Amino acid sequence: MSEPTEAGTVHLDRVVVALRDVHRDYALGPERVHALQGVTLDVERGDYVAIVGPSGCGKSTLLNLIGAIDQPTSGSVEISGKRVDSLGDWQATSFRLRNIGFVFQRFYLMPILTALENVALPMAEAKVPRDEMRARAAELLSYVGLSNRQRHRPSQLSGGEQQRVAIARALANKPALLLADEPTGELDAHTGAEIISLFRRLNDDGVTIVVVTHDEDLANAAKRKIHMRDGKVVDRAGHP
Amino acid sequence: MRLVLARASLIRHRARTLLAVLGVAVAAAMLLDMVMLATGMRESFRQLLLSRGFDIRLAPKGTLPFDTDATIPNVGAITSVLRSNPDIREISPVLGSSIHIQAAGRDVSGSVLGIDPTVQGDYELLSGADVTQPGVMVANDHLLSLLHAHIGDTANVAIGYDPQTRSYSGQRKLEISGRVRFIYGAAEQASAAVRRETLDAMESDARRDRASLFMIRVRPGADPDRVRDWIETYIPTVSAISIATAIAQVDQRLSYFRQLAVILGAVSLFVGFLLVTTLITVSVNERAGEIAVMRAIGITREHIVQQIVAEGVAISVIGALLGLALGLVTARYLNAILSAFPGLPTAIDFFLFQPQAAWSALGLLTISGIGAGIYPAWRAASLPISETLRREAIA
Repeated sequence: MSEPTEAGTVHLDRVVVALRDVHRDYALGPERVHALQGVTLDVERGDYVAIVGPSGCGKSTLLNLIGAIDQPTSGSVEISGKRVDSLGDWQATSFRLRNIGFVFQRFYLMPILTALENVALPMAEAKVPRDEMRARAAELLSYVGLSNRQRHRPSQLSGGEQQRVAIARALANKPALLLADEPTGELDAHTGAEIISLFRRLNDDGVTIVVVTHDEDLANAAKRKIHMRDGKVVDRAGHP
Repeated sequence: MRLVLARASLIRHRARTLLAVLGVAVAAAMLLDMVMLATGMRESFRQLLLSRGFDIRLAPKGTLPFDTDATIPNVGAITSVLRSNPDIREISPVLGSSIHIQAAGRDVSGSVLGIDPTVQGDYELLSGADVTQPGVMVANDHLLSLLHAHIGDTANVAIGYDPQTRSYSGQRKLEISGRVRFIYGAAEQASAAVRRETLDAMESDARRDRASLFMIRVRPGADPDRVRDWIETYIPTVSAISIATAIAQVDQRLSYFRQLAVILGAVSLFVGFLLVTTLITVSVNERAGEIAVMRAIGITREHIVQQIVAEGVAISVIGALLGLALGLVTARYLNAILSAFPGLPTAIDFFLFQPQAAWSALGLLTISGIGAGIYPAWRAASLPISETLRREAIA
């Protein structure tokens, strides 16, 4: 981890995520909700960060901003050296496709596609040649321990297996950053432990991970925890 | 991959997709039937007029052929004038009249045409011989059945009958030489044909050398409308009707009918459109989370729109193809009912299948499928990703 500076240029070559004084407000009827209030944060390449805090503290909002699926009201968001806080829809979509992998609590696999096709989906969008796409999808499924489940549909897979397919899908286009929002939220303790172990292995293999979680085991598995409360980062202590 | 996803999302809710396809098929069948009805009678009438190769009809001034009992006088003189035009190849004067035939003590009435068998265009000989001699007649199946007569029998034919005195005029014995089908006549109409000179001889002096109609063939390459104009200039006692003008007159008479077909067709198209829009909108709402995730992992708005529009088009096209078959079956059934309407020529069809009409209906439905998919597709593609995911998480 690097401490951010005013200029935000420290270890620039190693910094994957750089947020500077990020605010995000929502209109909720006549009122404005300040979901994020001046968040500044750096994540270096190879880091494994867990964002923790009570419900409604702004964790998911922060993850969405890092993932370029939302834009801040003010402040800057830089991913892999590129400002993503003011990208147009097409540019943001293209950026996400090639630079960010998403894992969600509810897996969100396409129910009628096989595991292999689900993993191949982002590669098809990125126009990866067909043979290469299939080979890489098979390789990723093998990496997450599902080489024998390639032709199974999500309904034929357990929750843990579905989440592993979702992780393989997130890695399809070799993203610089893997973002996960409560990835163990729908899993039992045993299956959750498998996913935690998989995340650790991924990080050991060099994947930069930012995860939002209420799961203490998952948070403890990260290299560092970021605590949030009321839209602010209140503790950036590294994990022991 | 987009087509695979579109197909997948349709297969996912098989029963719902099937019901939507059936709904579109019914709308498509109705649309096709209405398109066939709107153009069928006109095309059928055109084919009927063209079937014997006559390009121009001459009727008494201000009338349509056989619309009234009026006749054209001086057939010989008119024929001479017509022959002076080198663009006219064949002339077939036809005299129409009613006939009365005594059969087993009862009077059978019908119609008779006086024709020249070498150039006639009014009937097809089905069996036996044509009217090659003055003392013979040909009759259609309906007349033969009423008379209980066969080829070779002799009939006592009159062209006038006074029911008060029960006396016949212009009576003559004619041998039935052939069985024919009248092209412009109705199946249930008792009809016969004799040589024109035979009918002339049976008529009173006042109706001699007259014709109800002239049918004219023009030389190949000649412009029938120019010939028609020439005839109207040189023979002012007749109305010359080319196929184009006859069709225009039919068009005018059928305009209300056509408007009705167009309105009903538009309604069925709109119903199909609403059905597909509703189905796709429901489907998109159900998949809001999935769509938001697809957008999050980098699928572009355009591709989401294409996938959802493809779903609408697939339902419309499959429904349209099914509707094509259904429409043809219902058209055949309805045509059989309507064609039985008294007085209509057997060759007239209300619902005439024309590939162009089928393509038009299919094209309209495909366009409507695209239109039906656009609104839900645009809504889906415009979903705010983070907000949708938050809503889904709360749900």
